[in-house]
Amino acid sequence: MTPPQADPAVELRGITKRFPGTLANDAVDLTVRRGEIHALMGENGAGKSTLMSILYGMTRADAGSVRVDGREADFASPGDAMAAGLGMVHQSFKLFDSLSVAENVVYAAEPRRFGLVDRAAARRRVRELVEEHGLAVDPDARVGDLPVGLRQRVEILKLLHRGARTLILDEPTAVLTPAEADALFTVLKSLTAQGRTVILVTHKLREVLEGSDRVTVLRDGRVVARLVTAETSADEIAAAMTGRAVELDRIHAPGTPGDVVLGVSGLATDGVREASLTVRAGEIVGIAGVAGNGQSELIEALAGLRPTSTGQVTLLDADITHASATERRLKGLAYVPEDRHAVGTAPAASVAENLAMGHHRTSLSSRGLLPPAGVRAHARQLTERFGIKASAPEVPASALSGGNLQKLLIGRELAHEAPLLLVEQPTRGVDIGAIQNIHDQLIAYRDAGHAVLLVSAELSEIRGLADRVLVMYEGRITASYDKDEADERTLGLAMAGGASREAVTVEAVD
Amino acid sequence: MFFDSDLLMSALRALTPILLAALGGAICERAGVFNIGLEGMMLMGCFTAVATSWFTGSPWLGVLAAALAAAAYSLILAVGTVTLRGDAVVLGVAMNLLAVGLTSFLLRTVFGVQGTFDDPSLAGLPLIGGLSPLAYLSWAAVGVAAVMLSRHVWGLRLRGVGEAPDAAATLGVSPAKYKYAAVLLSGVLCGLAGSQLALGNVTLFTENMTAGRGWIAVVAVMLGRALPLGVLLAALLFGLAEAAGFRLQGLGLPQQATDAAPYVVTLGALFLTTARRRRRVRPSSTGAAS
Repeated sequence: MTPPQADPAVELRGITKRFPGTLANDAVDLTVRRGEIHALMGENGAGKSTLMSILYGMTRADAGSVRVDGREADFASPGDAMAAGLGMVHQSFKLFDSLSVAENVVYAAEPRRFGLVDRAAARRRVRELVEEHGLAVDPDARVGDLPVGLRQRVEILKLLHRGARTLILDEPTAVLTPAEADALFTVLKSLTAQGRTVILVTHKLREVLEGSDRVTVLRDGRVVARLVTAETSADEIAAAMTGRAVELDRIHAPGTPGDVVLGVSGLATDGVREASLTVRAGEIVGIAGVAGNGQSELIEALAGLRPTSTGQVTLLDADITHASATERRLKGLAYVPEDRHAVGTAPAASVAENLAMGHHRTSLSSRGLLPPAGVRAHARQLTERFGIKASAPEVPASALSGGNLQKLLIGRELAHEAPLLLVEQPTRGVDIGAIQNIHDQLIAYRDAGHAVLLVSAELSEIRGLADRVLVMYEGRITASYDKDEADERTLGLAMAGGASREAVTVEAVD
Repeated sequence: MFFDSDLLMSALRALTPILLAALGGAICERAGVFNIGLEGMMLMGCFTAVATSWFTGSPWLGVLAAALAAAAYSLILAVGTVTLRGDAVVLGVAMNLLAVGLTSFLLRTVFGVQGTFDDPSLAGLPLIGGLSPLAYLSWAAVGVAAVMLSRHVWGLRLRGVGEAPDAAATLGVSPAKYKYAAVLLSGVLCGLAGSQLALGNVTLFTENMTAGRGWIAVVAVMLGRALPLGVLLAALLFGLAEAAGFRLQGLGLPQQATDAAPYVVTLGALFLTTARRRRRVRPSSTGAAS
């Protein structure tokens, strides 16, 4: 008899799943060995999520077989999958914000005394798990008060409490800061060292290269590559994902800065303290920083969505410190907000309507009315120019994929040809192919003589695009670097609070 | 003296139906079902209690039948919101309107009278220490609900379902089951509330006799933040307001003014809770549209 250790942790054979109009999984084979971190990669729509939901009992496959720990499995629900030792951390966490960490961990598997939840035992259990796996988190904290990185730990603790031997993590680092992501991988490695198995569903190349043992790449529902991480490269994986050679992390040539377009001096608002900066025509200024250090607040204040308490803001020599968002836009400002679903677009409105927003008060308006023909023509023109894939201009924006929605939002704002563009997280959650397209658009916009202020959590994006890099820490701009000084180490240190004003001057003297 | 033991007893009598209904509402709220059908469920309870007590001669059978009838009536909300995913507000309002029409119609067909059915031989609930047994039951229910919700496995799961049904479902807890249970339980409690109103506070049935108490219970749920003890305090406030209304009437104020007392308190309470809630919301974007 074969000892169970010899069996793969998960073995999928010939998994096929058809949805109306698409073949989501086409005879997919996937073998995950016990004790490894196995990355499942692919662009949006490649079939990763479908495959995992089949494995986890959320969807039924049309054909194919699933074996977990060597045993034939046919899960009808996530409950069945959990009973077989699987556990999944979903991309959007499935937690109860108002409950404590301990309550979240033991929910539906509670230690009891006389039918009541044994809180002391629950707390003890969490402490044991925390100690065993190095997942430091306070069992009594309210989950809603925890930062994202710790919430993710609660999700992992939940699975460990249920005895999960194989953990599936869906895009686990999408919401984490670089430091939190590093901490996560430390935890995952210690879990695999104990013989547990991790399946990592992601489209981020770097963490796959740093953190995984093997990689399976899906494209259009098929497995297109099985790679050993130590023997592959980012370029090879990216080429497998997109089906063509992709130039990654390209550092674009610097622009030629002209006159000052945006001048900010001593601006303060909620979360921002005395920020001063300038952005010139033909220049991209990047703001780096760990999420929550005042970047969003600064941009919102500049866009006119948040009152400025002190300081002065000028746009093309006009004082706009207290101007409304509309006045700012009319004076020459365009804005790509961070949250493209809730702020940047109206999901229920059509693609054409979304593209018309903002343009309704300028080019598209005719005596206070919006002639539908003009709106349609505008939509046709922009979808073509920016390569937005929509089946028709009348479909709701919510029908677009994340990458296409982002192209719509960026295209709409670029079409204003405003002297100043504020852009936040332009490529968050967007496919590699679309990232390249968006970057090229931003560079072209700069080269046409416009000023761009860019906020991004991706250091590679900031380094690739920005002519100058500012670092925000605890609401202040604490460092400023030219393009050639801004290497990853320097920026990383400054983002962690390692740069004071003195450090900036030292940097300048050097 | 304005505040005396009579006023207190009168307040406790007025409190009971509101408290029972509000506990039901609070349990629904915790399970994530916004129940504004309390008024209608209670009214169904009133009629069933009176009719059953009249035909069987037993007020206790009346209470039992009322609890069952109101629970059956609450199924409209459970099926409508949980299974058919309808809008809880629309359904709740419809249930309240339907209950007024249905009980008035039944009053005419069963008893052949309009407006009020009242008979000296209609058996009401006995009094213990000046209060009906249901009053004591309602206080006990506060304690039981508090322990069940905060400490019991069932309560933890219910709260989880109310807060994040997806998360509960991924852990194998069926949100639908818990929501059905919460709504049915609120039906039972509203049936008891209706019995108290029709066989305890008075012994008669009159059209639309709940007169907004179910709505007041909805406000008590909000004001008490769906916590059993909070709901008790809120219901006590309304009970006192109603009792004070009677008292003021005795002092010569016009009835139309004194009857308004609980509703004025309700409005004030609603204003306070929404004002508090508004402060917690982030200032919204300005000037984004023009």
